[in-house]
Amino acid sequence: MKVKYFAWVRERVGIAEETVEPPASVRTVDDLIGWLSKRGEAYAYAFETPKVIRAAIDHAHVRPDATISGAREIAFFPPMTGG
Amino acid sequence: MTVVATIRIQETDFDIAQEIAALTKGRSDVGAVVSFSGICRGSENGEPIAALTLEHYPGMAEAEITRHADEAISRWPLTGLTVVHRVGRITPGENIVLVLAASQHRQAAFQAAEFLMDYLKANAPFWKREESPKGASWIEARDHDDAAAARWTKS
Repeated sequence: MKVKYFAWVRERVGIAEETVEPPASVRTVDDLIGWLSKRGEAYAYAFETPKVIRAAIDHAHVRPDATISGAREIAFFPPMTGG
Repeated sequence: MTVVATIRIQETDFDIAQEIAALTKGRSDVGAVVSFSGICRGSENGEPIAALTLEHYPGMAEAEITRHADEAISRWPLTGLTVVHRVGRITPGENIVLVLAASQHRQAAFQAAEFLMDYLKANAPFWKREESPKGASWIEARDHDDAAAARWTKS
Protein backbone atom coordinates (compact mmCIF):
# COMPACT_ATOMS: atom_id res chain seq x y z
CA MET A 1 0.00 0.00 0.00
CA LYS A 2 1.00 3.59 -0.55
CA VAL A 3 1.63 5.74 2.53
CA LYS A 4 1.62 9.54 2.32
CA TYR A 5 2.79 12.08 4.88
CA PHE A 6 1.84 15.74 5.15
CA ALA A 7 3.00 18.91 6.93
CA TRP A 8 5.32 18.28 9.92
CA VAL A 9 4.78 14.53 9.73
CA ARG A 10 6.24 14.65 6.19
CA GLU A 11 9.12 16.86 7.32
CA ARG A 12 9.99 14.56 10.22
CA VAL A 13 9.78 11.33 8.20
CA GLY A 14 11.80 13.03 5.47
CA ILE A 15 9.75 11.82 2.49
CA ALA A 16 6.30 12.64 1.12
CA GLU A 17 5.25 9.12 0.18
CA GLU A 18 6.39 5.54 -0.08
CA THR A 19 5.09 2.04 -0.69
CA VAL A 20 5.15 -0.32 2.26
CA GLU A 21 4.21 -3.94 2.81
CA PRO A 22 3.53 -4.42 6.50
CA PRO A 23 3.08 -7.98 7.84
CA ALA A 24 -0.42 -9.41 8.28
CA SER A 25 -0.20 -8.78 12.02
CA VAL A 26 -0.49 -5.05 11.29
CA ARG A 27 -4.27 -4.76 11.11
CA THR A 28 -5.26 -1.25 12.16
CA VAL A 29 -4.11 2.34 11.63
CA ASP A 30 -2.71 2.26 15.16
CA ASP A 31 -0.80 -0.96 14.38
CA LEU A 32 0.63 0.67 11.26
CA ILE A 33 1.81 3.71 13.25
CA GLY A 34 3.54 1.33 15.69
CA TRP A 35 5.13 -0.62 12.85
CA LEU A 36 6.30 2.51 10.99
CA SER A 37 7.72 3.95 14.23
CA LYS A 38 10.16 1.07 14.39
CA ARG A 39 11.60 1.77 10.93
CA GLY A 40 14.08 4.34 12.24
CA GLU A 41 14.67 7.50 14.20
CA ALA A 42 12.92 9.76 11.71
CA TYR A 43 9.74 7.66 11.91
CA ALA A 44 9.95 7.39 15.69
CA TYR A 45 10.20 11.19 15.86
CA ALA A 46 7.28 11.72 13.45
CA PHE A 47 5.02 9.37 15.40
CA GLU A 48 6.31 10.10 18.93
CA THR A 49 2.86 11.34 20.02
CA PRO A 50 0.44 9.01 18.20
CA LYS A 51 -2.67 10.65 19.62
CA VAL A 52 -2.07 13.89 17.72
CA ILE A 53 -1.63 12.09 14.40
CA ARG A 54 -4.65 12.04 12.10
CA ALA A 55 -5.12 9.40 9.41
CA ALA A 56 -7.05 8.95 6.19
CA ILE A 57 -7.64 5.80 4.17
CA ASP A 58 -8.34 6.29 0.47
CA HIS A 59 -9.09 10.01 1.00
CA ALA A 60 -11.50 9.57 3.95
CA HIS A 61 -10.80 10.41 7.59
CA VAL A 62 -10.51 7.30 9.79
CA ARG A 63 -10.04 6.60 13.48
CA PRO A 64 -6.94 4.85 14.93
CA ASP A 65 -8.83 1.55 15.29
CA ALA A 66 -9.84 1.47 11.60
CA THR A 67 -8.76 -1.65 9.75
CA ILE A 68 -6.24 -1.13 6.95
CA SER A 69 -7.03 -4.26 4.98
CA GLY A 70 -7.79 -3.43 1.35
CA ALA A 71 -6.49 0.14 1.67
CA ARG A 72 -4.75 1.51 -1.41
CA GLU A 73 -3.52 4.73 0.18
CA ILE A 74 -3.07 5.67 3.82
CA ALA A 75 -2.12 9.20 4.84
CA PHE A 76 -0.78 10.52 8.13
CA PHE A 77 -0.87 14.19 9.06
CA PRO A 78 -1.21 16.63 11.96
CA PRO A 79 -4.54 18.23 12.92
CA MET A 80 -5.70 20.38 10.05
CA THR A 81 -5.34 24.15 9.94
CA GLY A 82 -6.99 25.25 6.70
CA GLY A 83 -9.67 27.83 6.08
CA MET B 1 -33.12 22.12 -10.10
CA THR B 2 -30.02 20.27 -8.98
CA VAL B 3 -27.43 22.51 -7.40
CA VAL B 4 -23.81 21.63 -8.14
CA ALA B 5 -21.17 23.30 -5.98
CA THR B 6 -18.17 24.96 -7.59
CA ILE B 7 -15.02 23.83 -5.76
CA ARG B 8 -11.52 24.92 -6.65
CA ILE B 9 -8.11 24.64 -5.03
CA GLN B 10 -5.63 26.99 -6.66
CA GLU B 11 -2.43 28.96 -6.15
CA THR B 12 -3.77 32.10 -7.77
CA ASP B 13 -5.98 34.73 -6.15
CA PHE B 14 -9.72 34.88 -6.74
CA ASP B 15 -12.04 37.75 -7.67
CA ILE B 16 -14.94 37.84 -5.21
CA ALA B 17 -17.20 39.99 -7.41
CA GLN B 18 -16.67 37.68 -10.36
CA GLU B 19 -17.41 34.61 -8.23
CA ILE B 20 -20.64 36.19 -6.92
CA ALA B 21 -21.69 37.14 -10.44
CA ALA B 22 -21.27 33.51 -11.49
CA LEU B 23 -23.96 32.56 -8.94
CA THR B 24 -26.42 35.33 -9.78
CA LYS B 25 -26.00 36.28 -13.46
CA GLY B 26 -29.10 35.69 -15.55
CA ARG B 27 -31.15 34.44 -12.61
CA SER B 28 -34.10 35.92 -10.76
CA ASP B 29 -34.48 33.22 -8.08
CA VAL B 30 -31.50 34.25 -5.96
CA GLY B 31 -32.42 36.55 -3.09
CA ALA B 32 -29.28 36.30 -0.98
CA VAL B 33 -25.59 35.62 -1.38
CA VAL B 34 -23.43 35.31 1.72
CA SER B 35 -19.72 35.75 1.11
CA PHE B 36 -17.00 34.80 3.56
CA SER B 37 -13.36 35.45 2.74
CA GLY B 38 -10.49 34.42 4.93
CA ILE B 39 -7.50 36.77 4.69
CA CYS B 40 -3.89 36.35 5.78
CA ARG B 41 -3.19 38.42 8.93
CA GLY B 42 0.05 40.33 9.36
CA SER B 43 0.52 39.21 12.95
CA GLU B 44 -0.39 36.36 15.27
CA ASN B 45 -0.39 36.79 19.07
CA GLY B 46 1.52 40.05 18.66
CA GLU B 47 4.24 38.44 16.51
CA PRO B 48 4.63 39.69 12.93
CA ILE B 49 4.07 37.20 10.09
CA ALA B 50 5.94 37.52 6.80
CA ALA B 51 3.85 34.92 4.97
CA LEU B 52 1.86 31.71 5.22
CA THR B 53 2.49 28.65 3.10
CA LEU B 54 -0.49 26.37 2.66
CA GLU B 55 -0.04 22.69 1.95
CA HIS B 56 -2.92 20.38 1.05
CA TYR B 57 -3.63 16.74 0.33
CA PRO B 58 -4.48 16.69 -3.39
CA GLY B 59 -7.41 14.43 -4.12
CA MET B 60 -8.61 14.19 -0.54
CA ALA B 61 -9.02 17.96 -0.14
CA GLU B 62 -11.31 18.15 -3.17
CA ALA B 63 -13.20 15.01 -2.11
CA GLU B 64 -13.76 16.22 1.45
CA ILE B 65 -14.91 19.70 0.44
CA THR B 66 -17.24 18.19 -2.16
CA ARG B 67 -18.74 15.84 0.41
CA HIS B 68 -19.48 18.71 2.80
CA ALA B 69 -20.68 21.03 0.04
CA ASP B 70 -23.14 18.29 -0.95
CA GLU B 71 -24.23 18.01 2.68
CA ALA B 72 -24.83 21.78 2.80
CA ILE B 73 -26.89 21.54 -0.40
CA SER B 74 -29.01 18.77 1.12
CA ARG B 75 -29.50 20.61 4.45
CA TRP B 76 -30.37 24.08 3.18
CA PRO B 77 -32.38 25.28 0.16
CA LEU B 78 -29.42 26.74 -1.75
CA THR B 79 -29.36 28.01 -5.30
CA GLY B 80 -25.57 27.92 -5.52
CA LEU B 81 -22.41 27.27 -3.55
CA THR B 82 -18.77 28.12 -4.22
CA VAL B 83 -15.64 27.18 -2.29
CA VAL B 84 -12.22 28.41 -3.42
CA HIS B 85 -9.20 27.57 -1.27
CA ARG B 86 -5.74 28.84 -2.12
CA VAL B 87 -2.52 26.92 -1.54
CA GLY B 88 1.13 27.91 -1.74
CA ARG B 89 2.72 31.06 -0.34
CA ILE B 90 0.33 33.82 0.74
CA THR B 91 1.40 37.17 2.21
CA PRO B 92 -0.49 39.39 4.71
CA GLY B 93 -3.54 41.07 3.21
CA GLU B 94 -3.98 38.39 0.56
CA ASN B 95 -7.03 36.16 0.26
CA ILE B 96 -6.81 32.57 1.54
CA VAL B 97 -10.29 31.12 1.19
CA LEU B 98 -13.70 32.03 -0.21
CA VAL B 99 -17.08 30.52 0.60
CA LEU B 100 -20.19 31.78 -1.20
CA ALA B 101 -23.65 30.48 -0.40
CA ALA B 102 -26.62 31.63 -2.46
CA SER B 103 -30.28 31.09 -1.66
CA GLN B 104 -33.71 32.64 -2.03
CA HIS B 105 -33.54 33.91 1.54
CA ARG B 106 -30.72 34.98 3.81
CA GLN B 107 -31.01 32.44 6.62
CA ALA B 108 -30.07 29.41 4.55
CA ALA B 109 -27.20 31.31 2.93
CA PHE B 110 -25.77 32.48 6.28
CA GLN B 111 -26.04 29.03 7.85
CA ALA B 112 -24.60 27.11 4.91
CA ALA B 113 -21.62 29.49 4.65
CA GLU B 114 -20.90 29.19 8.36
CA PHE B 115 -21.27 25.40 8.29
CA LEU B 116 -18.78 25.11 5.44
CA MET B 117 -16.23 27.44 7.03
CA ASP B 118 -16.42 25.62 10.37
CA TYR B 119 -15.93 22.37 8.52
CA LEU B 120 -12.99 23.67 6.45
CA LYS B 121 -11.19 24.94 9.55
CA ALA B 122 -11.31 21.66 11.43
CA ASN B 123 -11.55 18.86 8.88
CA ALA B 124 -10.34 19.81 5.41
CA PRO B 125 -6.80 18.51 4.78
CA PHE B 126 -4.89 21.79 4.59
CA TRP B 127 -1.98 22.87 6.78
CA LYS B 128 -0.57 26.37 7.33
CA ARG B 129 3.10 27.05 7.84
CA GLU B 130 3.93 30.49 9.16
CA GLU B 131 7.06 32.51 8.38
CA SER B 132 8.04 34.98 11.09
CA PRO B 133 11.28 36.72 12.08
CA LYS B 134 11.91 33.78 14.42
CA GLY B 135 11.75 31.27 11.58
CA ALA B 136 9.12 29.04 10.04
CA SER B 137 6.74 26.88 12.02
CA TRP B 138 3.54 24.91 11.46
CA ILE B 139 0.46 26.55 12.91
CA GLU B 140 -1.17 24.45 15.61
CA ALA B 141 -4.81 23.45 15.37
CA ARG B 142 -7.19 25.10 17.79
CA ASP B 143 -9.65 23.22 19.96
CA HIS B 144 -12.32 25.84 19.43
CA ASP B 145 -12.24 25.12 15.68
CA ASP B 146 -13.09 21.47 16.44
CA ALA B 147 -15.88 22.62 18.75
CA ALA B 148 -17.24 24.97 16.08
CA ALA B 149 -17.33 22.13 13.55
CA ALA B 150 -18.88 19.68 16.01
CA ARG B 151 -21.93 21.86 16.72
CA TRP B 152 -23.24 21.14 13.19
CA THR B 153 -23.32 17.40 13.79
CA LYS B 154 -26.88 16.17 13.68
CA SER B 155 -27.87 14.23 16.77
